[in-house]
Amino acid sequence: MSLLPFFTWCENSGLGSTIRSSPWMFPILEVVHLLALAVIGGAVLMINLRMFGLGLNRQPLREVAADTRPFLIGSLLMMIASGLLLFVSEAIKCYYHGAFWFKMAFLLLAIVFTFTVQRGVIARADSKNIGPMALKLVGLVSLILWTGVGVAGRWIGFS
Amino acid sequence: MSLRGICEWLSTTPGSVAIHESVWAYPIIESLHVLFLCLFAGVILMWDLRLMGLVLRRTPVSEMSVRVLPWAVAGFIVMAITGTLLVYQEPMRAYENPFFRAKALMLILAGVNVFVFHRTIGRRIPKWDVDLVPPPRARLAGGVSLSLWAMIIVCGRLIAYNWFSGAH
Repeated sequence: MSLLPFFTWCENSGLGSTIRSSPWMFPILEVVHLLALAVIGGAVLMINLRMFGLGLNRQPLREVAADTRPFLIGSLLMMIASGLLLFVSEAIKCYYHGAFWFKMAFLLLAIVFTFTVQRGVIARADSKNIGPMALKLVGLVSLILWTGVGVAGRWIGFS
Repeated sequence: MSLRGICEWLSTTPGSVAIHESVWAYPIIESLHVLFLCLFAGVILMWDLRLMGLVLRRTPVSEMSVRVLPWAVAGFIVMAITGTLLVYQEPMRAYENPFFRAKALMLILAGVNVFVFHRTIGRRIPKWDVDLVPPPRARLAGGVSLSLWAMIIVCGRLIAYNWFSGAH
């Protein structure tokens, strides 16, 4: 089944055309998306740098993760909300843009990995059952996935 | 020579023309600029929020300064290099763009804020190192930095739009 009808419906929706016909709505949404990107970047890096042994090594990993979690979740929700609005305004362009599909694939993997594997490892990390190499590997996978989302996301803007 | 003259001259130099005309150079430099925003702004944000007592409160500020701040410095170096190249490839666009001017001004203010912080309350970190909520002067420095960098990001993104000149 092709998703094109759905993408076309998004593009032609009232929301999509409102955003498209306004000179400032799209730029403002981009700004919100970019500000949230900085926040999510910070939250993801604090956790992953700690996992690499290159960050706040004297603090328990669980503490670093718990303290930064509200920023991770909050910025992710802001990214998704602003991203959805950007998407509906140019859904058909996205449909035909390879970078969009790469981004969605990376995003799905990144979210699943963060809230299953990484979360589970963090919960058990301080009980010493998990070695430093395993932590580094999980941090590396997380960093690659999120970087993939960012790079592919930027690439949607280049035609 | 006026600033405008310098920008006009820069835009005729071979390096500027080469980047501007290359198919790949601009997207790659711009992508690096956005990607390293996560490193620089993300890390600086965590530092500012710590100064404001809003995140990682159980982490000593000195620990943040030693273990985290160097990442922001590394990120800033990449931002400065890629940002300079982005201006260099089209200097006149930057010169004429009000958002670029606002961004440049706020970059200077952010630098002043860093300087003032390290000359004043930042010198006495040992005294408030483990405070869950740092003293007002430190919270102010964090808040000013946070606001300036947020506005710099906003202006940076809006440089792409030229709402104030007739030409599009």
